[in-house]
Amino acid sequence: MSYFRAENLSLHFGGLKAVDSVSFAVEKGEILSIIGPNGAGKSSIFNLISRIYPPTSGRIFFEDQDITNQPAYDIAGLGIARTFQNIELFENATMLSNLLVGRHRHSTTRLWQELLFLPSVRAGEKMHRRRVEQVIEFLDLEAYRDKLISGLPYGVRKVIELARALCSEPKLILLDEPSSGLNVEETEDMSFWIRDMKTELGITVLMVEHDMTLVNRVSDRVIALNYGRVLAMGSPSEVQRHPDVVAAYLGA
Amino acid sequence: MRFLFKTDYEDDIKLFPHSGYVVSYGILLAFLLIAPFVLSSYLVSQLVFVCIYATVGVGLMILTGFTGQASLGHAAFLAIGAYTAAYLQQFNVPFPVYFLAGGLLTGVVGALVGFPALRLTGIYLVIATISFAFIVEEVLARWESVTHGNEGMRVKTLSLFGQAVPQNGPTFYYLCLAVLILTIVGTLNLLRSPTGRAFVAIRDSETAARSMGVNVSLYKVKSFAISAAITGLAGVLFAHKLSFISPEMFTLQLSIEFIIVILIGGAFSLHGAVLGAIFLVMIDPFLTYLKDDLPGIIAGIAATFGADSITAGKIHGNVAAIASANGLKGAIYGVIIVLFVLFEPLGLYGRWLKIKLFFQLFPLYKRATFKRQKIYVKSERNR
Repeated sequence: MSYFRAENLSLHFGGLKAVDSVSFAVEKGEILSIIGPNGAGKSSIFNLISRIYPPTSGRIFFEDQDITNQPAYDIAGLGIARTFQNIELFENATMLSNLLVGRHRHSTTRLWQELLFLPSVRAGEKMHRRRVEQVIEFLDLEAYRDKLISGLPYGVRKVIELARALCSEPKLILLDEPSSGLNVEETEDMSFWIRDMKTELGITVLMVEHDMTLVNRVSDRVIALNYGRVLAMGSPSEVQRHPDVVAAYLGA
Repeated sequence: MRFLFKTDYEDDIKLFPHSGYVVSYGILLAFLLIAPFVLSSYLVSQLVFVCIYATVGVGLMILTGFTGQASLGHAAFLAIGAYTAAYLQQFNVPFPVYFLAGGLLTGVVGALVGFPALRLTGIYLVIATISFAFIVEEVLARWESVTHGNEGMRVKTLSLFGQAVPQNGPTFYYLCLAVLILTIVGTLNLLRSPTGRAFVAIRDSETAARSMGVNVSLYKVKSFAISAAITGLAGVLFAHKLSFISPEMFTLQLSIEFIIVILIGGAFSLHGAVLGAIFLVMIDPFLTYLKDDLPGIIAGIAATFGADSITAGKIHGNVAAIASANGLKGAIYGVIIVLFVLFEPLGLYGRWLKIKLFFQLFPLYKRATFKRQKIYVKSERNR
């Protein structure tokens, strides 16, 4: 059985088929990229997996568990973290508290304990902070700990969002266009981090990306989508040579 | 300027980041403790109101400032706390019991209000909470067997451990101060733990909060319940302070006053709640001053500029009519809110931070430091 599986996943908005009976599987420890022109349904698939939209039909399995009907907040608890295409950080909070929200699924303290700030809460806070510091070190974010997100540049926010996802110690991470808005150098850093996530942290990566250099550099496999349907699946070079993919991008 | 050198994770957890805070809050506390012995009884009574309003402000700040859920129904929560106290007092229930019962009952009602609020945002939530406040007001007026309807209820003098605590005495002031301080400490504890961060997460991006594993519905209900419970506790003290309560005291205007407390104070800090409460409580004497003295002053000015006694008398009469007009208070509140939203959205506490920074950076402070800039607005399409 595969690690993560989507079966005949569909999402219809009225007559528009944003995702049309898409099936794919992700193996444990691989980096799978989803490519496709704008409006192909890539981000919609992510929103289906993280349960922001309920699917019109189809099922989603993670570690052999059917997660199609799990509430959205449970998905993180199962070990699936995500980033967003348009950066959804908590703008009026510091980077540290943003990252600590990433630890939310690991918090075990109860409300009354927190009101009194009992030693257990204090110990929990320090433990969370230690984990957050590991991620900060991993992504070179030391300079921004107490900075408010609203004052930080786009490229840094992008990395912080990745950091927040990593703080939840996910087994599977969904990256929605990790390189959008980043310059060449930052994209290069991003590609190293994505590969390190796989090799050092053992995280399985599912990624939506437009930058083919990044896709080629990090992906084990690629899925090409257009109009909500799978066009091709395979190694990066196979997919790029596939006649349907060429037609979708060049309009031939 | 002070640079903090952090060597331990504890440095980011503790309530007072450095010794300067301990000194200044220590001085403030010392002043507050000796206040009943040095200030006039009128000022102490005003301080009691500041404590009560600030407690409500902290409660509302949790809901509006930190969780991002607007409420114009907090007068109703205050009323529930106050009426619980007045009702239970009839059966000789001791103060600690009905104090906590008031908080608990209001908290439960707050949670119940929170449930329908889950599906509402922004202005719709405001309308829902206003309607809730009207329902409570109406219930208080009609449920005569419990609330005595519009006749109102007399609240007996508070008695604590067999001692009478008159509402004008220093003990009652200390009680209110203790409730305020405990509320603030509890709230600060909450804010530095996972629950508080989840609240802030919901305020800034519900979508992201959800995908990080925050059960948004549960935390919204929690926030409503906590906010209501704190307001209910303040309501018990409010009832004792006024020693008489009736439904027309808990109107929409009172809810708006609470909004003013957090808006004027500064929408994202507990300092703001306290500063806003001070501001609001001080408005009343100012309005009384306007009513009593302003007509005379303006007529006097007119007279020095050569107006004859008949014209000056007319001016006096007109100004007095305006100053004592019905609803002037509401109008002034409205103007204050508009001016603050336009010119100082971060409220009094924001202004204080700017002044502080000016002296810390002197002479390098730049006016543009706090210039509001247009920033990238994220899409709301996942709502």
